[in-house]
Amino acid sequence: MDQILINLLNGLSSGLLLFMLSSGLTLIFSMMGVLNFAHASFYMLGAYVAYSLVGVIGFWPALILAPIVVGGIGAGFERFALRRVHKFGHVAELLITFGASYVILELVQLIWGRTAVVFTPPPSLQGSAFTIIQHPLQGLSLMWGGAPAELCAAAACSNFPMTRFFLMGVALLMLLALWMLLTRTRVGLVIQAALTHPHMVESLGHNVPAVLMLVFGSGCALAALAGVIGGFTFVTEPSMAVIVGSIIFVVVVVGGVGSLAGAFVGSILIGLLQTLPLTIDGSVATFLNHLGLNVGPETFGFALMKLSMAQVAPILPYLLMVLILIFRPKGLLGTRED
Amino acid sequence: MFSNKILKTALAAAMLVSGANALAQKGETVKLAYIDALSGLMGPVGQNQVKSFQFFAEKFNKTNPAGVKFEIIAIDNKLSPAESLNALKSAIDQGVRYVMQGNGSSVALAMSDAVSKHNDRNPGKEVVYLNYSAVDPDLTNSKCSYWHFRFDADTSMKMEALTTFMKDQPDVKKVFLLNQNYTHGQQVAKYAKELLARKRPDVQIVGEDLHPLAQVRDFAPYVAKIKASGADTVITGNWGSDLALLIKSANESGYTGKFFTYYTGVSGTPTALGANGAGKVFQVSYNHYNMGGQMQKWQDEFKARFNDDFYTGSVIHIYSMLGQAMANAKSTDPVKVAAAMEGLKVNSFNGEIEMRKTDHQLQQPLFISVWQKADAKYPYSPENTGYTLAPVKTYESYVSSTPTSCQMKRPG
Repeated sequence: MDQILINLLNGLSSGLLLFMLSSGLTLIFSMMGVLNFAHASFYMLGAYVAYSLVGVIGFWPALILAPIVVGGIGAGFERFALRRVHKFGHVAELLITFGASYVILELVQLIWGRTAVVFTPPPSLQGSAFTIIQHPLQGLSLMWGGAPAELCAAAACSNFPMTRFFLMGVALLMLLALWMLLTRTRVGLVIQAALTHPHMVESLGHNVPAVLMLVFGSGCALAALAGVIGGFTFVTEPSMAVIVGSIIFVVVVVGGVGSLAGAFVGSILIGLLQTLPLTIDGSVATFLNHLGLNVGPETFGFALMKLSMAQVAPILPYLLMVLILIFRPKGLLGTRED
Repeated sequence: MFSNKILKTALAAAMLVSGANALAQKGETVKLAYIDALSGLMGPVGQNQVKSFQFFAEKFNKTNPAGVKFEIIAIDNKLSPAESLNALKSAIDQGVRYVMQGNGSSVALAMSDAVSKHNDRNPGKEVVYLNYSAVDPDLTNSKCSYWHFRFDADTSMKMEALTTFMKDQPDVKKVFLLNQNYTHGQQVAKYAKELLARKRPDVQIVGEDLHPLAQVRDFAPYVAKIKASGADTVITGNWGSDLALLIKSANESGYTGKFFTYYTGVSGTPTALGANGAGKVFQVSYNHYNMGGQMQKWQDEFKARFNDDFYTGSVIHIYSMLGQAMANAKSTDPVKVAAAMEGLKVNSFNGEIEMRKTDHQLQQPLFISVWQKADAKYPYSPENTGYTLAPVKTYESYVSSTPTSCQMKRPG
């Protein structure tokens, strides 16, 4: 039981990290019709900028300032690059974000080097957030912080690290703030209106290009915030963008392009799908044998069927994306009908 | 009279040639190409090794018996076999006749094959492949090559020593095998199962997993699985970030079992271990951080100069062997040096080492060391952690040696 809980928490936390990234991506797409290929690069940039700032101004200010800096860079990119190529159509826009992702990658490697940098969380984020204790007599219980060794000698203890707990908290706060912003504030109403009727909003006297710049910049800032947290929870290195880059597109496609709720559902689903199968040893073959079918080396396709879930885990998100594209092209919660 | 004169000239010429031969290699520059990952997750390991090779080139340029100068050319292969073959080609084009690679047996198998083919097709331009740390046993067994020389101890030797050590560890009862999904990781798992079945049949293998090489950032799911399996011991051949991140995750989730590893001393892992691993993490290797003697002085000097730790001891083996072989062959020609290296014995930091003729696997003593607090007896502390790898057991060459099935094809 305690193991199931820990596995679920691991899956949820990686899903929430994905949500921080995909929410910005999906917002940008729904407003501007641009699939921002450089989105994951802003995630990486956030981690590196924060890493540099930590040495100067300390961890907590860096956690706030790094996303603002990266958001500014993102807004500048929208204002001076993306807006200029807008008149040439979507392909040009796509290509310029694609090019930007390479430029950012090379710049990061030039400035910070080609290997990982040591980005450690502050002492307050080290150690365990809570411990799940499975006691043979007292059953399941939860304890804040680390559990004493003598207690764990008698029971099974699973610690949940503080960094991941923090990650989950920040992501949930972000979800709440985004939702409030979009539905409860004047800016949010303008953004929502600009999603569907940009010309009408413009005629009413709102500055739609400025709104677009704001959305693009905030999307990048959200990605950067995810980058800071992902950077110290996992590793800060130049390929961190490529690794999450492909998976956030899967999230957005599965959840439904342009839907914030879809991005949330998609992120959690993909997060669980990335972690839970790793913990299962069974394969299709063992499953079929359980059902009473006799599957052995002589069965057709046994080489594929004997692969354990842990081995095929990395392709499952992509498989899901292909299936979604075939059977429900607009995604789980998408609304677009084209 | 006339014939006598010819004879004299011929004799004089012969003496001249042989005299020139004796000194032929003196002062020559020997270019060694270092082809390995210098970027990406495994980049820090490669960067450290380039520094090691350059540092010891300086040392051995002064002392090697052949009187040659070693020069290192470093090329990044991004841990990819395909990139490595390009790098090999570019090195050969630059006039390099000695190539070195070691991180990743998948790359090593491709390199060994490419070097053999090159030598078959380009007689007179032969290249020798010096493998300093790729430990897949196939390289000196079913896929052995005359041009490949291994200076590390292969997985069969290391696992032999590790399982012999585990015989005396009664608290090891349930073992989990977690390895990287490529030839090296698969071989570690295979030999661990084979040798444990022979030496500790009571030990139960409660789980086995292979994960992608140098791609995993989050080991939490694997650690959760290890805990769920009830394993008290993990055997892993992981290296670089794959070991550092695994240990970090294990610490974070409060896993208390033992780790039997190959590469605890390598970049990143000491920091990840810290105080949590004390007494629980073991390493099998042909060197450790507290060898004493000249090695210790070098170790300290390396640290003072680069603020980094020297752990690739095979660097020293390579320079010792190359220098001696070049002196014996009186040449830097790879064909002659390769022949001179076969069966060559030299004294290195861990005792007498021998390049076994049948398969070109270096025969050398192995050590089991354990992660513990640095003290007066074992003071060297990697990555300034305050902890060290202290030797607990030594296995002499004849103990760590394993048989080979190599049927080597020799040139000529």
